[in-house]
Amino acid sequence: MRQSSPVLYLLFWIFLSLLTLFPIYWLFVISVKPAVDLFTTPSLILDHVYWKNYVNVLTNETLRGYMYNSLVISTSNAALVTILAFMACYALSRYDLAGKENIFFWTITNRMAPAAVFLLPFFLLFTQAFVIGEWKLYDTKIGMVLLYCTFNLPFAIWTLRPTVDGIPRELDEAATVDGASTWQVIHEVVFPLARPGLAVTFILTWVFAWNEFLLAATLTSFNARTITTGLSEYVTTTGTEWGTMASIAVITLIPALIIFSMVQRHIVAGLTFGAVKE
Amino acid sequence: MRSNTVGWLMLAPTILILGIFGIAPFIYVLYVAFHHWNPFGADPFMSYNGANNFRRLVFDDEFLLSIGVTIKFAFFAVVSEVILGYLLAQLFMREFPGKGLFRTVHTLPLIVAPIVVGSVWRLMTTPSIGIIPNLLKHWLGYDLNIGRDAGSAFALTVIMDIWHWTPLVTLTLLAALLSLPREPFEQAQIDGANRWQIFWHITLPMIRPAILATVFIRLMDALRTVDEVWMLTSGGPGAATRYVGLHIWKIVFPKTDYGYGAAISVIVLYLTLVMCWLLYVALVAPRQKKVTE
Repeated sequence: MRQSSPVLYLLFWIFLSLLTLFPIYWLFVISVKPAVDLFTTPSLILDHVYWKNYVNVLTNETLRGYMYNSLVISTSNAALVTILAFMACYALSRYDLAGKENIFFWTITNRMAPAAVFLLPFFLLFTQAFVIGEWKLYDTKIGMVLLYCTFNLPFAIWTLRPTVDGIPRELDEAATVDGASTWQVIHEVVFPLARPGLAVTFILTWVFAWNEFLLAATLTSFNARTITTGLSEYVTTTGTEWGTMASIAVITLIPALIIFSMVQRHIVAGLTFGAVKE
Repeated sequence: MRSNTVGWLMLAPTILILGIFGIAPFIYVLYVAFHHWNPFGADPFMSYNGANNFRRLVFDDEFLLSIGVTIKFAFFAVVSEVILGYLLAQLFMREFPGKGLFRTVHTLPLIVAPIVVGSVWRLMTTPSIGIIPNLLKHWLGYDLNIGRDAGSAFALTVIMDIWHWTPLVTLTLLAALLSLPREPFEQAQIDGANRWQIFWHITLPMIRPAILATVFIRLMDALRTVDEVWMLTSGGPGAATRYVGLHIWKIVFPKTDYGYGAAISVIVLYLTLVMCWLLYVALVAPRQKKVTE
């Protein structure tokens, strides 16, 4: 391997990070400006910081509730989707199921639909089909968790399948010969090797659920309303409260960052190194 | 060989959930697509009109135009994202000081909701009050006006998409690279292969399924983009950035022409499916054949 200069490397990464961070920095700038200042000639540097937007947001109990809903919904959805997709990928990869490639392709078709028209059938399903007495699926967290599977599950299956396929079958077979049950093979052989893939799948499905807007706006009203929908309530046709919206957006970055840093340590090379010796 | 029942049982929850929340709504939309239905129009009741909606969209210039710009948008965005994302994933495979920090920074755009991304980019680029037109004018003397210039509005939506979604490609490809076995690479180095040969003959074939999966996901998501572009340009100027998702949105919500919107959705879904299927057949099928031979 050629050695490239570490200074050059660092400069390259710093430059790239600045590009990446600029819109996020600007989000912060918007969040600490009073509304009137937004429509004057902008400058790169903040001269004074106006915290009122944050105070308003942090003392708003409704928004705190939405934040909690978002956390519960995204985390349970990502966990459910990652587990189900892992099982499905293992089945698709290791078993000789009739028509499995067609099933695999079919799963992704569920992500292709343009959302706008599909809101109505979902609404009908949630308010009229899934009703038990007084209880409706509409505006429940469990409803959103299940619904988000429609776009997250295909995504997870498609991103995990290459990982699971890439784990050498010889390892499974060796374990089976040694008397391991299917569960033990999955738990002790495949799972540890698929860790980077599973971590990335968890992060990305979590992000998709966290950021989803149209479905949550249509299918929740208060009890399961998510923060992304709550934030969009400040974007209206008569004018947008940019500052409030931006400060909510900045605050929502914090839980996302915590989840990221917790999961990111698993995105490291697995133990595949020389696992199969011939 | 173990019994296939276990395999089916592991697949069952996925099929069940996607069956209920995927197929049922699709059947409903398909049904509506063959009806005239505008709940807030002069005639609010659903009435069967055969394939009229489909006949209408074939001659709908706005729709055809939106398909064209959407494909152009998806092409530029997805190609750039995959190339950039792959390069970054490769760079993250090395060790360098501050790697963890840079990786976190590089995933940040993903956690900003699309609607917020669109809003920020809009405030950054609004002519005369946005920071970017001001800086460009000040530094380069270039006049960026996305409210007037169709080309720069289009380019901006592509750049925004690249900014927002390259991290996704980086992460999925990084996961794929990390789970590759080491031996083929070591062997190739011993055999004296150069970097390009290693990339072309070892890395690429091995992570091809992951690249394909990523391209698919990004392609279909780019084809149905709504929130971000809606916030940034609202589809303008003119119809320069009115991508098909926005077009459907305009038909279904302000115009409440539900039957026609459903027909367009069915066609868009069908086109996406065909495009992806062709890609899938072209890229995956020959591979599998070779493996089984």
